[in-house]
Amino acid sequence: MLRDITLGQYYQTESPIHRLDPRVKLVGTIVFIISLFCMKNLLGYVCAAVFLAMCIRISKVPFKFMTKGMKSIIMLLMITVVFNLFLTPGTPLVSFWKLTITREGLRLASFMAIRLVMLIIGSSVMTLTTTPNNLTDGMEKLLNPLKKIKVPVHEVAMMMSIALRFIPILLEETDKIMKAQMARGADFESGNLIKKAKALVPVLVPLFISAFRRANDLAMAMEARCYRGGEHRTKMKPLVYKKADYIAYLILLFYFAGGICIGRLTFGI
Amino acid sequence: MSLILDHVSYTYEAETSMEIKALNDINLVIPDGQFIGLIGHTGSGKSTLVQHLNGLVRATEGAVYYNGADIDDSDYNKRELRSKVGLVFQYPEHQLFEADVFSDVCFGPKNLGLPAKEVELRAYEALKLVGLPDDCFYQSPFDLSGGQKRRAAIAGVLAMKPEVLILDEPTAGLDPKGRDEILGQIKRLREETGITIVLVSHSMEDVAEYVDRIIVMNQGRVMYDGTPREVFKNYRELEEVGLAAPQVTYIMHRLQEKGLSVDADVTTIKEAVTQIGMALNGKKG
Repeated sequence: MLRDITLGQYYQTESPIHRLDPRVKLVGTIVFIISLFCMKNLLGYVCAAVFLAMCIRISKVPFKFMTKGMKSIIMLLMITVVFNLFLTPGTPLVSFWKLTITREGLRLASFMAIRLVMLIIGSSVMTLTTTPNNLTDGMEKLLNPLKKIKVPVHEVAMMMSIALRFIPILLEETDKIMKAQMARGADFESGNLIKKAKALVPVLVPLFISAFRRANDLAMAMEARCYRGGEHRTKMKPLVYKKADYIAYLILLFYFAGGICIGRLTFGI
Repeated sequence: MSLILDHVSYTYEAETSMEIKALNDINLVIPDGQFIGLIGHTGSGKSTLVQHLNGLVRATEGAVYYNGADIDDSDYNKRELRSKVGLVFQYPEHQLFEADVFSDVCFGPKNLGLPAKEVELRAYEALKLVGLPDDCFYQSPFDLSGGQKRRAAIAGVLAMKPEVLILDEPTAGLDPKGRDEILGQIKRLREETGITIVLVSHSMEDVAEYVDRIIVMNQGRVMYDGTPREVFKNYRELEEVGLAAPQVTYIMHRLQEKGLSVDADVTTIKEAVTQIGMALNGKKG
């Protein structure tokens, strides 16, 4: 059940996207998200969808894997769509009771849904093809200039990498504790919201205890190896751009320019 | 009254690059009252197997029957099954959550919807069965020692009065003293209540002394299934898959090679002592 959450999970396989420098993928994801929010017509989104589909195809990660992550945000998606649908002022299309669906609302709601879905899938392409370690390495390197204004880049990156690293561990732990409590007759499915929330106590308490224990162990292990932050720290595998990375940047630039141009042309929906 | 596994297979992460076949065509019958040792190397599928027995994991292929009913039927009461087939997970002390030991043990029977009196009675009995001293009952479970925590957790499952008790590596991470205490307690439990017990372990030494039957798992399949005597005969094959027979078996085989007329297939130290004694006396006489 909890294994279905794919956000932040890595899918091991061999593909050109997996081999790309994490910085390229990070910049790529950000550019992709920005492009999603700049587009104003359907053609632009078709462009983005094609680009995304190509990335997924090249990454060799089964599409099923990305949509699995969608299940967890379906509630959020529904709320956004409903609010946009009913609360946008404009020319009314249908109206019943106190609710009115407007032309603008329909347009906004569908665009919002498309944006959110592609945003989630787009960022899961990045996390599925990049190991958490690589990802934070890339982030650290990208944000390096900020060190000049006293931003603790290394520390933040380290925290991120630990947080990401712990997601699958804690998920597995949750799964195990839930099973153990189910073996003692716990019921997580039936009952109303309050009952369901109460049923989670036997899971959350052990989970928190184990998280603290793990954090403690990790801190101890890091100290035992004389970890002391970013100053003068070198890397075994420093990030270096290769030819493929420059090509990827070029493709990205091409997509961004093209996508925005098409996406912002105004000829109706 | 028994558990039957019929051609059970289970695949993790099906249809992805990480696909692992954890169980492969398992056929087993677990009759009432038997004390079974389930042995296998790490990753042999033993933990996955026991989770099938109380319906926590659904078999990808095949079926599991408890008392003649298919537990994966949509109208089968899984909660009742879990009270009948009690499963104690690895490191069960990690599931303790209540403010005191007694309330934690009450969690299981309370979930069965029993009246408060009955719940408390069962919790008290279960804590007595695992031999936890009375002054621990109202302490926080997190203040107990490792061995005590584990016993409290086992009591939490026992309080549901299961007919089958499955223990997944109950001795993992305990010192020799704690290990002997837990195993001794399990043996006593079985003598007093006569329930079916499945003891999962990777140590032959642990189980050889106690169980009636040993099931050896290797790479998701049942490799051997028989009495300890029958299974340990294959000690060379067991070594090849990273397991070993108890030390007595090795000693007895060596003695036999050296010309002492002993029965080399004994499995416990007690038997070995009698055998060697008899052989030596026979020589003299």
